[in-house]
Amino acid sequence: MRRAIRLALVLAAKDLRVEFRTRTSLLSAAVFAALVLIVFNFARDPTAVATIDLAPSVLWVTVAFASVVAMNRAFTTERENAAFDGLLLAPVSREVLYLGKYLANLVFVLLVEAITLPLFVLFFNVGLGHALPGLLLTMLLATAGFVAVGTVFSAMVVKTRFAELMLPVLLLPFMVPPLIYAVRVSTPLFQGRPLSEVVAGLRFLALYDVAFITLSVLLFSAVVDE
Amino acid sequence: MTADPALSVIRRGIILTVLALIGVAVVMVMALQFTPVEANQGLAQKIFYVHVPTAAVALWIAVPATGIASILYLWLHDPRLDRFAAASAEVAVVFCLVVLTTGPIWGKPIWGTWWTWDGRLTLTLFLFFLLLGYHALRGSVRDPLERGRFSAVLGIMGMALVPFIHLSVYLWRGLHPQPVVLKPSAPSLPWEMLRTLLAGFGVFILLYVGFVTLRYGLQLAQDRKEEADAA
Repeated sequence: MRRAIRLALVLAAKDLRVEFRTRTSLLSAAVFAALVLIVFNFARDPTAVATIDLAPSVLWVTVAFASVVAMNRAFTTERENAAFDGLLLAPVSREVLYLGKYLANLVFVLLVEAITLPLFVLFFNVGLGHALPGLLLTMLLATAGFVAVGTVFSAMVVKTRFAELMLPVLLLPFMVPPLIYAVRVSTPLFQGRPLSEVVAGLRFLALYDVAFITLSVLLFSAVVDE
Repeated sequence: MTADPALSVIRRGIILTVLALIGVAVVMVMALQFTPVEANQGLAQKIFYVHVPTAAVALWIAVPATGIASILYLWLHDPRLDRFAAASAEVAVVFCLVVLTTGPIWGKPIWGTWWTWDGRLTLTLFLFFLLLGYHALRGSVRDPLERGRFSAVLGIMGMALVPFIHLSVYLWRGLHPQPVVLKPSAPSLPWEMLRTLLAGFGVFILLYVGFVTLRYGLQLAQDRKEEADAA
């Protein structure tokens, strides 16, 4: 068990190292998120809709789109020079391979979110105050679930035509339940309500995580094994 | 010369489909001519005899059948299961489309709006998009074995998603009418209406079987041709 976790971490570290050497995709994903925020700002009438009413939706829609863009990258780099075949030949189980990919994706998407959040606060002038710990927890729980599904799907779509289009079509329906709950949890948090009021929502997010991480680990070998 | 198995499946599918379509016409005549008009909703209620059976077949038969066939396919790797899952999912798209079209036609006069984000409506809409995604994925993978595995994975994931969608959309207050037949107490419909509705269930189940058989046969013919071309 400990060996499996160590191997998964080695794989995740490899992916992230490749990522940080170039930084292109992290930068592009962050710029994309910033642009979505800017578009949102111009898509509303500031005299008619109060920022605080719109803020949770803006944040989560931006996070959703930026995550899809970010996850598209996970297996496209593996395609070059058939790198993924080499990875499949490595003496690690498919479950460990999945976990490594998953962790790398999770860190990557969380980094994009970490860049998005301050920009959101800046552009929309939202005072986070003591909502921040609760909001970070919500982000972590929501992201952990849909990245699990996204990792499996991105391994599938790289082998299809129109991979960049296919991932959002497949993944967005799976992102909606966590997003609904994330919005439902963040709205009271933005209004300064205590964390104890949103425990039910957080529990739902955790349940989603457990279900889909388990399912993804089990199904990943069906995706990659010939 | 031996008979082509695909051809006989297709022929069976055509016969079943034609029978079912005649049945659908009969149910429509029954609904319009031989079933009393509902007191509160008037003629708009007639659409119920199409809407409810198609919804039931899509959500309780077609979609679960796809999910179960997907699980079995990953386990047994039998191409017949993959073909069946694909056929059932394709018919589910058609039935969902009928549900999503007849619903608003009824909703406009009765609710005063074409669409509302009620739990049932949202759930059906999501299933519809999941099924469309399923077909988009199938269409974009060329290798048949890969196509089978990928769509089975998506089918299983989709099945697991349904309870979560259910939990997240049912929190809103619903406008949608409650079940009148399949519920713990006895059906709350007068016999004349129940008769038409049950006939509706019968013909739409038959239509599902007919469509699935036909689609299965076509896929079988296509697979055989691909094999023959490859050989």
